[in-house]
Amino acid sequence: MENSTSLKQDKGNQQTGEEGRPWEEMTVASSQDPEPTSSKTSESESALESGPQSRSSPPWSRPSRGSTPPDEGTGPGASPRPPLPQEPSSTPPPPALARQVLEAPWQSDRTASVIPEAETPHSDHLEQPPDKGESSPYQTCQSKRNGFQQPQQTNGRLYGPKDVSCNHAEQKKLRFDLLQETDSNSQDDPGDAEPGAWKAAPSLTETAIQSAKAYLLQSSSKSGLNLYDHLSNMLSKILDERPKNAVDIIENISQDVKMAHFSKKLDTLQNENEMLPTYDIAEKQKALFLQGNLERADQELEDEIAENSLPNVMESAFYFDQAGVGLGTDETYRICLALKQLTDTHPIQRCRFWGKIFGLEMNYIVAEVEFREGEDEEEMEEEDVIEQRDNGDSEGEGDEDELPRSSYKAPQAIPKEECRTGANKYVYFVCNEPGRPWVKLPPVTPAQIVIARKIKKFFTGHLDHPIVSYPLFPGNESNYLRAQIARISAGTHVSPLGFYQFGEEEGKEEEEVEGRREYFEENPDFEGIQVIDMVESLSNWVHHVQRILPQGRCNWFNPVQKIEEEEEEDDEEKEEENEEPDYIEEVGPPLLTPISEDLDIQNIPPWTTRLSSNVIPQYAIAVLRSNLWPGAYAFCNGKKFENLYIGWGHKYSPDSYTPPVPPPVCQEYPSGPEITEMDDPSVEEEQAFRAAQEAAVLLDEEDEDTEQDEDEEEDYD
Amino acid sequence: MDADSLLLSLELASGSGQGLSPDRRASLLTSLTLVKRDYRFLGDPSHEYEHTELQTVNDGDKVFEEEVVVQIKEETRLVSIIDQIDKEVAVVPRGVLFKTPFGPVHVNRTFEGLSLSEAKKLSSYFHFREPVELKNKTLLEKADLDPSLDFLDSLEHDIPKGSWSVQMERGNALVVLRSLLWPGLTFYHAPRTKNCGYVYMGTGEKNIDLPFML
Repeated sequence: MENSTSLKQDKGNQQTGEEGRPWEEMTVASSQDPEPTSSKTSESESALESGPQSRSSPPWSRPSRGSTPPDEGTGPGASPRPPLPQEPSSTPPPPALARQVLEAPWQSDRTASVIPEAETPHSDHLEQPPDKGESSPYQTCQSKRNGFQQPQQTNGRLYGPKDVSCNHAEQKKLRFDLLQETDSNSQDDPGDAEPGAWKAAPSLTETAIQSAKAYLLQSSSKSGLNLYDHLSNMLSKILDERPKNAVDIIENISQDVKMAHFSKKLDTLQNENEMLPTYDIAEKQKALFLQGNLERADQELEDEIAENSLPNVMESAFYFDQAGVGLGTDETYRICLALKQLTDTHPIQRCRFWGKIFGLEMNYIVAEVEFREGEDEEEMEEEDVIEQRDNGDSEGEGDEDELPRSSYKAPQAIPKEECRTGANKYVYFVCNEPGRPWVKLPPVTPAQIVIARKIKKFFTGHLDHPIVSYPLFPGNESNYLRAQIARISAGTHVSPLGFYQFGEEEGKEEEEVEGRREYFEENPDFEGIQVIDMVESLSNWVHHVQRILPQGRCNWFNPVQKIEEEEEEDDEEKEEENEEPDYIEEVGPPLLTPISEDLDIQNIPPWTTRLSSNVIPQYAIAVLRSNLWPGAYAFCNGKKFENLYIGWGHKYSPDSYTPPVPPPVCQEYPSGPEITEMDDPSVEEEQAFRAAQEAAVLLDEEDEDTEQDEDEEEDYD
Repeated sequence: MDADSLLLSLELASGSGQGLSPDRRASLLTSLTLVKRDYRFLGDPSHEYEHTELQTVNDGDKVFEEEVVVQIKEETRLVSIIDQIDKEVAVVPRGVLFKTPFGPVHVNRTFEGLSLSEAKKLSSYFHFREPVELKNKTLLEKADLDPSLDFLDSLEHDIPKGSWSVQMERGNALVVLRSLLWPGLTFYHAPRTKNCGYVYMGTGEKNIDLPFML
């Protein structure tokens, strides 16, 4: 009893909700009445749990037989039943005998209506089995019971009415005893004393049993379940599944059985709602897999172009995987298909999987693209139109009202680089997930790069998300993304020495800065470098993307000359322009400089090389990892190379980020001595001043006096 | 993580970009020891760092500051960083562990996985460490909690707010939580299945700039 009470208490503590309260009432009731003959169902409940393991009794199986078949038949497969029917074969004689023994008195029980009230629910249960084929479950339950112990054994233990270990089991055992008694009475009379004693009590215990059972069979007003069915379902599930340490997870099993009851009805509704987002994305990705009809008539041309422009993403992914970098085969393959979709829909000369940038809500898959000649002119025209419109608006406003014009001239915005040059050499497309449409990122302006260097913000995944920062970033997330991509490309795109060579200069050998060597092409004579060499020496790797100057461009733009050109009309303002400081030309390292020239980040070298495999060096590849931009990788297997970036899109700095300080307060007016505040003169100073003044006046008067005197004296003379 | 779950963890966390090459995967599986980590740890556990710090030394009546060179092995640093990471960002979904009234916490073998709607909410994930915020909750909040399941700190009260990024990958078949405080910590869970786990691949540096970046 101690075990069962403690179990009960545990259950009382852990159960929540409606089942807590009625159960607790039962616990209270049960603790007060420990007598075996009292019809307290709580004990029966606990007894049921411990019952199957320690004191399995055939009588228990009978009510379960009555109630489990309908439930098991309708149960949503909570308990797997297939292997069980084989059990009876293992122990044939006892079950057969016991079954017969029990079935006979069972039938007699049915007909003998001892207690009419308890009878009806009882018989209801009994009527159901014939419909559902009760013999096999009964048989299996029976075999299980007998598999545990011999019925005789339980008999031996149960004869004592004072056995208080589990009440309900006892009641069932009592019933079994009764039936056995009726049987034994009909057959033998070995021990007359005890059966006789038992005969006196049957009606009382039977009444108790029946009323206990009736209580158990009561339906809950809230859920329509009844305890009897629930317990039997639970126990049959446990017996079917045979989990380890079932007593520890009994509450969860109970919950599962209850959930299994209800989820059936609401299943269809819930499933539909939940699957929609998954279906959505699957649909989109399905479109990737369908190659569909090629729209262009010239399939051969299409194939050629496709071969040229679609990169071999899977091959690069394989090499990167050797290095331990990558996105997993599944995702990489989908990216490959998405790139194919991109090349099919846009006139692309060359395309490359640039990498993946993480965002807070969604990620970005970035593709670096080079359009075919002449395809991107439309973009430039649109932008010119926009600029003209802006100018027109501003002029219109000026004519309406003569507002005072400020003489402040903002420093001229540095114009962005033309397409296909410098930072805008490539066009970048992004998508959030393979299958979603590709979005083209706008070209980057130097101002955006300059400010992107000063801020550090996470990407959210939405291209139109505003960037709230100080200093104010001119643009939204798509511009910031583009700026970071430009910086990363300029900082980390490297290739083996000799892979690219400078092409024949096309006559742009003037001193013009724009004619700097930025035109390079693949070296057809590239023979490859030994992988070991690539790992050991950083000078075998070169940058093949121009570095971005502090100005924000790759090619230096001198704002002074532009200003002079514009200000030819306004002569007045020329003087002001001369006050502008001279711009020092910014120079960066030339293209194709080896990365061994890169500066250290304090004490950390900017690049780390590694051989992909130390144990199989003959097939290993050289892997280069950037420490300045964590997430940037490059590999080379001697002849082939590739760059990749997978990361958050931020530069590494050993110092933590500090936002820039606001600029100093502007001068409102030039301060000179005439408006500089001075202290008021003190009293002594004033007196001294007055004295001095009076002295001066006196002097003048004396002079006059003396003159007069002199005159007077002359007169007198 | 043991050998059984290593491959699955790496596969499901692969969307975060960094994984292990076949070479390393194999060596890790066979030896089950942590591979030498990234540069910033130099890769040599026995390296001794010299850390110069100013310590006030009481010398009788005089109190003066002296430069004391403290030697720390990289091993020690590594251990402390791992411990820090575990304490701050180790994650388990709600329902994987349950607490018995006697105190011990057990793995819930009937955990069937979070549902899709639950998987997207930060409140269904807990820190895998001693709870610190539970006692600060109001009684009203505590009333809604299930004492057997909600005995750990939830992720949604992490400061700063938004230091976790929740994403569905592979078309809603995988939910990935990435920590922004320790970039490189990836937690994955396949909803409606028992698969869950977290992997840290990174430089072992905390992202102190986090408040500026959000």
